[in-house]
Amino acid sequence: MKKGLATLTLALMAAGAISTSTHAATTLVYCSEGSPEGFNASLYTSGTTFDASSKNMFNRLLEFKLGTTETEAGLAESYDVSSDGLEYTFHLRKGVQFHSTKDFTPTRDFNADDVIFSFDRQGNKNNPYHMVSGGSYEYYTAMGMDTLVKDIVRIDDYTVKFVLNQQEAPFVANMAMDFASIFSKEQADALMKAGTPEKLDSDPVGTGPFQKVQYRKDSLIRYTAFENYWKGKAKVDRLVFSITPDASVRYAKLKAGECDVMPYPNPADLKQMEADPNINLLSQEGLNVGYLAFNTQKKPFNDVRVRQALSLATDKSAIIDTVFQGAGKVAKNPIPPTMWSYNNKVVDYQYDPVKAKKLLAEAGYPDGFTTNIWAMPVQRPYNPNARRMAEVMQEDWSKIGVKAEIVSYEWGEYLDRSKKGEHDTVLLGWTGDNGDPDNFLYVLLGCEGVGGSNRAQWCNEEFNNLLLGAKRTADKAERTKLYEESQVVFKREAPWITIAHSVVYEPIRKEVKGYKVDPLGGHFFYNVSK
Amino acid sequence: MFQFIFRRLSLVIPTFIGITLLTFTLIRLIPGDPIDVMAGERGVSPERHAELSAQLGFDQPLYIQYFRYVTGVLQGDLGNSLVTKEPVMSEFLTLFPATIELALCAVIFAISIGLPAGIFAAVKRGTIVDHSVMTFSLTGYSMPVFWWALLLMLVFSVNLGWTPVSGRIDVTYWIDDVTGFMLIDTFLSDEEGAFASAVSHLILPSIVLGTIPMAVIARMTRSSMLEVLSEDYIRTARAKGIAPWRVIVIHALRNALIPVITVIGLQVGILLSGAILTETVFAWPGVGKWLIESIGRRDYPVVQGGILIVACIIIFVNLMVDITYGIINPRIRHSR
Repeated sequence: MKKGLATLTLALMAAGAISTSTHAATTLVYCSEGSPEGFNASLYTSGTTFDASSKNMFNRLLEFKLGTTETEAGLAESYDVSSDGLEYTFHLRKGVQFHSTKDFTPTRDFNADDVIFSFDRQGNKNNPYHMVSGGSYEYYTAMGMDTLVKDIVRIDDYTVKFVLNQQEAPFVANMAMDFASIFSKEQADALMKAGTPEKLDSDPVGTGPFQKVQYRKDSLIRYTAFENYWKGKAKVDRLVFSITPDASVRYAKLKAGECDVMPYPNPADLKQMEADPNINLLSQEGLNVGYLAFNTQKKPFNDVRVRQALSLATDKSAIIDTVFQGAGKVAKNPIPPTMWSYNNKVVDYQYDPVKAKKLLAEAGYPDGFTTNIWAMPVQRPYNPNARRMAEVMQEDWSKIGVKAEIVSYEWGEYLDRSKKGEHDTVLLGWTGDNGDPDNFLYVLLGCEGVGGSNRAQWCNEEFNNLLLGAKRTADKAERTKLYEESQVVFKREAPWITIAHSVVYEPIRKEVKGYKVDPLGGHFFYNVSK
Repeated sequence: MFQFIFRRLSLVIPTFIGITLLTFTLIRLIPGDPIDVMAGERGVSPERHAELSAQLGFDQPLYIQYFRYVTGVLQGDLGNSLVTKEPVMSEFLTLFPATIELALCAVIFAISIGLPAGIFAAVKRGTIVDHSVMTFSLTGYSMPVFWWALLLMLVFSVNLGWTPVSGRIDVTYWIDDVTGFMLIDTFLSDEEGAFASAVSHLILPSIVLGTIPMAVIARMTRSSMLEVLSEDYIRTARAKGIAPWRVIVIHALRNALIPVITVIGLQVGILLSGAILTETVFAWPGVGKWLIESIGRRDYPVVQGGILIVACIIIFVNLMVDITYGIINPRIRHSR
C-alpha cells in the first residue's frame, strides 16, 4: 500500500513538473554587439540603439514590411496625399495602448497628440523637450525634415496632417524610419512635471511588441512581451539582449545555446556555421553599396570614355574574392538588389582590358596617365579593406597603362577633403537609411550633392531630371519607372565603378522559427518563436 | 605614522594636476573630431558642425575648455558623455562593481595559487618542483590573454559545457540591481540557483585575469623567500631545532612578504583600472572596456573623467600598500 502511494506521489510530481515546464516562460536571447546609446532613437544614428529601442519597443505611423524596403500601415491605418503633393493626412489607428513603467501608467490610448509631440520635439526649437538630452536630432536633420515640414496640424483625435514646403515623395519612407517613432505625450508631460524630463530618453514607453524591464550597461537588456500589443502578443514571453561585443564569443555562445540569434559573425567562421547542424545561417545582400567615384570635374575623368575604360579594366570578381572573402556580391547598380525599383536589366561593364585600352586610346590616352586612388582608413560593411581593394585596382589599371598612387587620410579628413573634390578617384560607400531609392540616388549622385555627398562631383541634367520627377510624384509605379531609367543613364555615364554590396549573414539556432533578415539592417523579434 | 601618511598625501596634488593635463591634451591630440566620428560618411554640414561645437563648448580656446573641466572636477562634476549624455560619474559607478568583483576574484585566485607555489619552489630549490613551478609561471606570464581566454572558453564552455561562455549571470534569472555586485545581489534575491550561476560565470574570467598576477606573485615570492632563507637568523632558528614549517611560515615568510605585497598592490591597482581584454572577451561590463570604447568614439568627457578616477584608485591603492609596509615592518615606519 505504502509503495503504491509513493508511486502515485512520484507520478503526480512528474506530471506537475511536465505541466510547469510547458507553461514556463519562453525566453529568446539575442547576443547584441554593443550597448545602446540610449532608448530614444531620434537622438542617435546607430543600428545598435535602434535594435534596442525603436525596432522592438516602438511603432511609427508607417512601418517597413518585414523583409522588404516597402512601407505598410503602422500606427496610421491609411494616409491621403493632396493633389499638389504638399499635404499628407494620416488616419490613426484606434485602441492602441502604451506600455507602463514603475513610475508611469497611461490613462489614455494613443492619439494625435502623441504624433504631434514626437515630431514637434525634434523640429520645434521652442518645444520644452527640444533641448532635453542635448537637442541634437541627427536623422531628422539629415533627412531634411527640418526644412521640409512646414506644419503639423491636428484635425481631430485620430487625424493628423503634415504640410510640406515642397513636393517630396520619399517623405513617406521617412515616416517609417526610427527617428519617427511615436512617444507618449502623457508620459512626457508627467516627467516634465516631476522635473525629470531626461527620463523620457532613458526609460520611455512605446506601443511596440516588447516593453523594457531592465537595462544594465554593457551587460544586458531585458524585455517582456507587451500583453496588449495592438497586433497581438509576441510569440515569446521574454526577450533578452545579451551584450557581447566580440564576434568569436557570440559564436561560442550560440554554439553553447546561450543565445538564439547573433548578428555580425566573423567571415572566417561562416563555413563552420554552415556545417553546424544546430545552426541556420541566414543571408541577404545588405542595403549598401561600395563604390569608386571618379572626380568628373577633373581631367581626364571629365571624359566619359576614360571612365568607361577604367570600369572595363577593373576585375570586380577578383575584388570580391580577395577583399570580401565571399561576404560580398558584385554591384552593377548604385542601389542594392533588395531595394524596390532595382533595374536588373542594366548590363554591367564586363572585365575586358583590351577593349579598355582601345577606349582609352580613343580618348587620347594611348599610353595611359598618372592618377590617384583614395583608400578609406576604416573598415565599413561595404568595404572591409579599402587599402587592399585599392591595391587590386591599381594592379588592374596598370595593365592598360594607368599608374595610380594610393592615398589615404585620417577618416574625418578623408571625408572632408573628398567632399571638396581634392581626389582624382575615391573609394567610399553608403548604407541606406529608409529603403527609398532617392536616399541613394539623389543623395549620392544628384546635382545638389556636388561639393558634398556627391563624391563624383557629377551633375548630369538627364539623370537629375529623372530623380526630380520621381521626387514630385507619389505614384509608386511612376517613380519605379523613373528610377529604372535613371540607372540606365548612370551606367552609360559611369561616374562610379559600382563595386560591391556586402552580404549580411545572421546565424540563428535551429529551434528559432519565424526570424527574417531585415534588408534595412534591423533586428525584429515580434514574429519569432522558439 | 600620521606624518608619514600626510607626506604621502601631499604628493597627490601635483600628480592630479599632471593627470588632468595629460588626459586633456592626449585625447585631443588623437586625430578625429568627435562630431565627425559620430556623423560618419553621412557627414554634417559646416553650419551644423559649428552649432554642435558651440553646444559642446569645443569652439572655445583650449585653456578655457581645460579651466572649465578642472572647475567641474573640483565641484565633483566630471561632465556628461557625448554619446549617451549620461553623467560620467554615474556611468562609472554602474560599471565599477563588476570590475571590483572580477578583480577581487582574480586576486584571490592569483594569491591562493601563486603564493604557496612560490614558497614551495623556494623551499625545494633546484628540484623538479622548482623548475616546474617556474616554467608554469613563465608560461602563464607570457600567455596572450585573448588567446588564453578563448582557449579556456572553447574547452570548458563549448566542448565540456562545465562553465558558461560569458556574461555575469544566466539570462533566465531576473535579478534586481541592489548593490551592483552580482554575488551579493543574487545572495539577497530569492531566486534559487542564481548565486551558483553568478559564481560559475566568475570562474573563467577570474582564472584568465588572475593568470599573469599569479605568475608574478609566484616568481616574486620564490626569489624573496630564497633571499630570506639564506639569512643568518634563519640558520640560527634552524640550529635551535625549531620545526622546519615554523621556520618557513613564522620566521621567513613574514619578512619575505614585503616585496610580494608591493607586487600584489600594484597588481590590484592595475586590475581595478579595468581589464580591457578579459572584459571584452567575456562580455564583462567593466570600466576597462568602457574607456577603450570611449577613446574610439572620441568621447572626451568619459576619457578624461574615467582616467582621472582610475588614476585616483591606483594612487589610493599604492598609499594603502605603503601604509601596510609600515604595519608589517616597523623599521620602515620608524625610519621615516
